[in-house]
Amino acid sequence: MRHETFSNERTREIVSSHLGLEGPLLPILHAVRETFGYVPEAAVPVIAEELNLSRAEVHGVVTFYHDFNRAPHGRHVVKICRAEACQSVGVETLVAHAERSLGVSMGETSPDGRVTLEPIYCLGLCACAPAAMVDGRIIGRLDMEAIDEIVAEVDR
Amino acid sequence: MSAIKVFVPCDAAAIACGADSVAEAILSEAGKAGVEIKLVRNGSRGMLWLEPLVEVEADGVRYGFGPVRKRDVAALVAAGLFTAPASVSHDLAIGVVSEHPFLTAQQRLTFARCGITDPRSLDDYLAHGGYKGLARALELGSAGIVAEVTKSGLRGRGGAGFPTGIKWKTVHDAKGTQKYIVCNADEGDSGTFADRMIMEGDPFELIEGMTIAGIAVGATRGYIYCRSEYPHAISTLRAAIGTARANGYLGPKVNGTEFAFELEVREGAGAYVCGEETSLLESLEGKRGLVRAKPPLPAHVGLFGKPTIINNVLSLTAVPHILADGADAMRTTAWAARAARCRSRSPATSSMAACSRPPSASRSAIWSRRSAAVRCRAARSRRFRSVARSAPIFRHLSLIRPSTTRNSPRRTR
Ligand SMILES: Cc1cc2nc3c(=O)[nH]c(=O)nc-3n(C[C@H](O)[C@H](O)[C@H](O)COP(=O)(O)O)c2cc1C
Repeated sequence: MRHETFSNERTREIVSSHLGLEGPLLPILHAVRETFGYVPEAAVPVIAEELNLSRAEVHGVVTFYHDFNRAPHGRHVVKICRAEACQSVGVETLVAHAERSLGVSMGETSPDGRVTLEPIYCLGLCACAPAAMVDGRIIGRLDMEAIDEIVAEVDR
Repeated sequence: MSAIKVFVPCDAAAIACGADSVAEAILSEAGKAGVEIKLVRNGSRGMLWLEPLVEVEADGVRYGFGPVRKRDVAALVAAGLFTAPASVSHDLAIGVVSEHPFLTAQQRLTFARCGITDPRSLDDYLAHGGYKGLARALELGSAGIVAEVTKSGLRGRGGAGFPTGIKWKTVHDAKGTQKYIVCNADEGDSGTFADRMIMEGDPFELIEGMTIAGIAVGATRGYIYCRSEYPHAISTLRAAIGTARANGYLGPKVNGTEFAFELEVREGAGAYVCGEETSLLESLEGKRGLVRAKPPLPAHVGLFGKPTIINNVLSLTAVPHILADGADAMRTTAWAARAARCRSRSPATSSMAACSRPPSASRSAIWSRRSAAVRCRAARSRRFRSVARSAPIFRHLSLIRPSTTRNSPRRTR
């Protein structure tokens, strides 16, 4: 996934393209995240000014939602579902295996920026659990082998 | 000879199990064999243990094969997948899909089209009874629609089971120049995925239901708040909304009438609490998802302070059926006698994720059937290691075990 480098200019552009919406802040933050790969601290005052909100308000929203990561992710993002349905079919064993094989703990990015491993809470794939999302691609019926394939893909 | 219709589901669960690569393999094998096929990406039939479930139509009958992996495709084609689907001799052949015991034991209303049609095709939707509810709603007018929904006994599918008709009447009677219809598609509880399946498998039904709600209470704008964990549902809904708008089913003149209705999908951002209706409204307004104090009710002071209907996906998708077939349809169906004992007169759908084998063969089902206690039976049945209920209403649902789950349970380690 290629992302643009942060700039005030680009952030203003994103904001202005959403001004026609009612309650535009969440769509703007999603777009900022998609564009830069994260929601940079420096984007907050720009968005606040454009929307006529206080920095504190925008900061409060950014930090409330799990999706708005405030630091860049690794080049690959592996999200493993840790919700109840997946737990009931043994996802925790797979999580441990993934942590070991990728060399990072849940919620962390590897120091070389290769991969971020994150929990996700329910992809609605409960009938083919355990499930994961790798760089936006969903994978069901996860087992050790599938984790190994993911690790190989990340290492490539 | 016209092209042979081949169905490969686009439901996220099927895709997660390799449906896209199966579809690709089918196209390439058909090309190699010089067979002209028409590939349809349908929704899921709900037999998730068979996903990806490939179907091939011959003489108007659909034959099923599943679960198909990419590496199975060549052998299936060699065994006559395209040329003689009825007589393919292969482990994955399940015969005529509509005669599968899992399906014959059900009566589907909301999910009637799911798995049968191409969810992104408006023509398919219309050919299978779509927008009949809207046509009748336009005949009835606002008060008539509210009366019909009230009479149907529909109760909210979001958890609390609140009578939908009463909610609608409150918003109908509320004064206000701007009112809103909000669909709660946050489906946060793990183990539930019926909202997802219907959004991916029959999005026009939700659009129609929300349009009818708009006409019923005088709301001209609607929002579907869908969790970000459902990217396929979001893109399917957005595509369907675009198509509905292009064909006059949304916009300033719905169906050429004086009613206006606009619809937009908004993506959640990974906060479980936003499934609660007032924090969902806060989130839609661009704020943190903090729960509001009640009263006032959203019906009086809702989105941006305006009177707002907020309903679950399955509450809204029940509406076109109620309007098309009449409120009494809910009472005259097979389960009506048993339903008489309960206050809720409408059937609900349940998502079930059961595991009787390791994950590679985990089984699941979608039911649209009611009667005894799902919870008790499910709890008693050790075969089901995880049973999902998205609402207390599922108390009234019967859990009928498909014959295919007879295998004894085995722990996955
Ligand atoms: C913590 C919490 C989470 C909820 N999550 C959902 C949800 O994911 N989907 C949903 O439809 N309702 C959810 N609800 C219920 C909603 O608040 C509300 O009752 C529902 O949207 C009303 O729609 P209905 O009348 O069609 O059932 C939740 C409630 C609470 C308290």
